[in-house]
Amino acid sequence: MTTAMAFGLCAAVLIGLGVYGLITHPQPLRKILAFNVIGSGVFLLFGAIAYRGAGAGMPADPVPQALLITGIVVAFSATALAVAVLLRLHDETGSASLSAPDAEKPANGEHDA
Amino acid sequence: MIEPLNAILVALIAGLAVWITLARDTFSAVVAFIAYGLLLTLAWVQLQGIDVALTEAAIGGGLTGALLIGAASRLRSSERAAAAELPGAGLKCFAAVVSVAVSGVLALCVLALPTPAPTLAQEVAANIGSTGVGNPITAVLLAFRSMDTLLEAVVLLFALIGVWSLTPDRFWAGRPGLRQTADPNGILAYIARVLPPIGIVVGLYIFWAGADYPGGKFQGATILAAMWLLTIMAGLADPPAIGRAGLRSVLVLGPLVFIGIGFLGVAVAGAFLAYPIGFAKPLILAIEFALMPTLTLILGLLLLGAPQRAVES
Repeated sequence: MTTAMAFGLCAAVLIGLGVYGLITHPQPLRKILAFNVIGSGVFLLFGAIAYRGAGAGMPADPVPQALLITGIVVAFSATALAVAVLLRLHDETGSASLSAPDAEKPANGEHDA
Repeated sequence: MIEPLNAILVALIAGLAVWITLARDTFSAVVAFIAYGLLLTLAWVQLQGIDVALTEAAIGGGLTGALLIGAASRLRSSERAAAAELPGAGLKCFAAVVSVAVSGVLALCVLALPTPAPTLAQEVAANIGSTGVGNPITAVLLAFRSMDTLLEAVVLLFALIGVWSLTPDRFWAGRPGLRQTADPNGILAYIARVLPPIGIVVGLYIFWAGADYPGGKFQGATILAAMWLLTIMAGLADPPAIGRAGLRSVLVLGPLVFIGIGFLGVAVAGAFLAYPIGFAKPLILAIEFALMPTLTLILGLLLLGAPQRAVES
């Protein structure tokens, strides 16, 4: 098994784990974490493919690697936005639940509209 | 044959991902995520992506980790109620089937990758001379694919506008975060005085070295932002009020210079973001210098979040 293949298969496992976490966790913060695990898996897969593209005196294909740097930064900004939305939800309602507030039991805070 | 170090890395990364996914306590899952980011950094070194490793260590593990730790500690009070909405066995089975299917298809794709691998390394090697920079990643980021980098800077700015727009009305134009009070003679305040001079030099070095060696503005800006955040957390500095015109103009300066140079390319070199022959290096430097303060501020302010107090307090 080559290095690229090992990390590529690892990336496939990470993406699968992230998908599982995204579906099963009720807490939004855990969903954000799972989203980041999926993201890192996609990046790792991309990196393994870049590593296979070594050539012309370069240890890896620089084009996908540069796109990866862009991707990591954009993933951070998406995470920051998601966390900000979540914290505002928490401040407004006192709960961080994604369930509709008029489901069986109301949240312990009130909407101050 | 797989190298033993790589086998250990793959096992640790996959194991930590299992822990992040299955841990009961959100806080410990976040801590595991930070360790996971650091291990991914080693994976990037093994995959010959030193620039990516620096970015992963600074942003993927560091900033994202700090952001999630802060969020997890603020959400602790609601943790139990949210965790109580446990998914049923049916949903868990469904999720397991979906995730195994996704992993399986991706693994088959990995095993079926074409040989020889398609690569653009030759094209980069053939054209890097015209850019005047020695680091192929920087050449791709700021010359061959500079449109991506421009849009990335704009995405960061939009994300910050999005975060700010979540400010409650009464705190609008106020300061992000709560006022930090640390013991002025404590170890945090001490580190916040001793570390920033070193950190600023390291950050600027990584920024400057990025032209020819691994490094660049994103990694350098993250280190500078971290030093800034450290002084804020130690209570030595206060985050700026988001309504200040000076702050806002620095935030748009970087992208505006980038767009301006892009339109200069239309007039002089015949295409948006094209550099006239012989002027590539100075124009790349101009973009980098304009983006650096913008990125430092945006990364720090994204971490600080929406304002939580009015300007006066």
